[in-house]
Amino acid sequence: MAIGLLGRKIGMTQVYDATGVAIPVTVLEVGPCTVLQVREPDRDGYEAVQLGFDDKPRKRATRAERGHVAVLESKRRRALLAAGITPPPKANCEPKRFIKEFRLEPGSVVKQNGHSVVRLANKLELKVGDNLTVSLFEGVPAVDVVGWTKGRGFTGVMKRWNFSGLGASHGVKRHHRAPGSLSGHATDRGNSGRMKKGKRMAGRYGNERVTIRNLAVVRVDPEHNLLVVKGAVPGPNNGYIIVRPTNKRKHVAHKYEVD
Amino acid sequence: MANRGALMKVVEDAYKRPADKVPQFEIGDYVEVHQKILEGQKERIQVFAGTVIARRGSGLSETFTVRRIVQGEGVERTFPVHSPRIAKVVVKRHGRVRRAKLYYLRDRVGKATKLRERQETGAKASAETDNKSADNSAS
Repeated sequence: MAIGLLGRKIGMTQVYDATGVAIPVTVLEVGPCTVLQVREPDRDGYEAVQLGFDDKPRKRATRAERGHVAVLESKRRRALLAAGITPPPKANCEPKRFIKEFRLEPGSVVKQNGHSVVRLANKLELKVGDNLTVSLFEGVPAVDVVGWTKGRGFTGVMKRWNFSGLGASHGVKRHHRAPGSLSGHATDRGNSGRMKKGKRMAGRYGNERVTIRNLAVVRVDPEHNLLVVKGAVPGPNNGYIIVRPTNKRKHVAHKYEVD
Repeated sequence: MANRGALMKVVEDAYKRPADKVPQFEIGDYVEVHQKILEGQKERIQVFAGTVIARRGSGLSETFTVRRIVQGEGVERTFPVHSPRIAKVVVKRHGRVRRAKLYYLRDRVGKATKLRERQETGAKASAETDNKSADNSAS
């Protein structure tokens, strides 16, 4: 799987393409992301890079979070060194708020002078401490964006499942937004005295991970770490997102340009 | 990490018209909107003339609405201010209006739809005369 980047949603607006057609776009701040760890088969059983985005003040971070990104003196570290084991390298950066891993093709992680180095398909080499910027997406026609939808709390069936509700009049009293009948006696499992599993009812809605695939890249701005994609992205403004080149084979080929 | 508004501006400014090319008009103005229309390969200009009755939105998404009467039927068109398809907006007459949205014109027919023209000694003097008349009425 191709490596992606972490970022946050800035907001939506519209831009004009070369023919003057307005396109709805979402502005994303993507990167810079620091490589915090390289997962290697010998130690971890799989291959991946762990990226971190958005600095967290040191005083807000736990000691574990600080020790994850930089070398801290500790009993364990001293013990490891005394036993002649080199502890894994650290990125030596500020603690990060948003940390995610991207799985790699087997064989991507190679050893070089005792260090693990990631070789990506585009000849790019990565090691712990390296920074990745939005220029990774230059020339990429479309991306997939993962976000976490706005949490809506406990909602009724009309909002959550688009039920029609009951009538506003014709004798309906105090049940205008109710789900109605849950099951008939002769349908589904109705006559067993139970309902069919998965019956859509009221409950918690939102705050779930959602992937929107195949969003056309309108603009890449490495100077400001901005990526502009066509269409909407899940989550609130300022919400964290994961962006990666689309894995759809039939991706949108259209590329928009500033006229 | 820059703030959200600033980053938004970075993107929008790249598509905005330069400040001197933004169409200049006011609510109540009678304007001609020259719009570029693509017909196959050919480009031609279509003109829509009428009264500006509203201007809404901000930044790149800002639009304005022009209303005119065609064969006794009211027609309104909304244009994006920054659209590259708007070739130019020519102001023909300034209307004297007292509000930002002239939706009340929709309820009017015939002669009542006409706005009184703003009396000006010169284009630049408009602000001064407005102030003067205000002073006079106060005293």
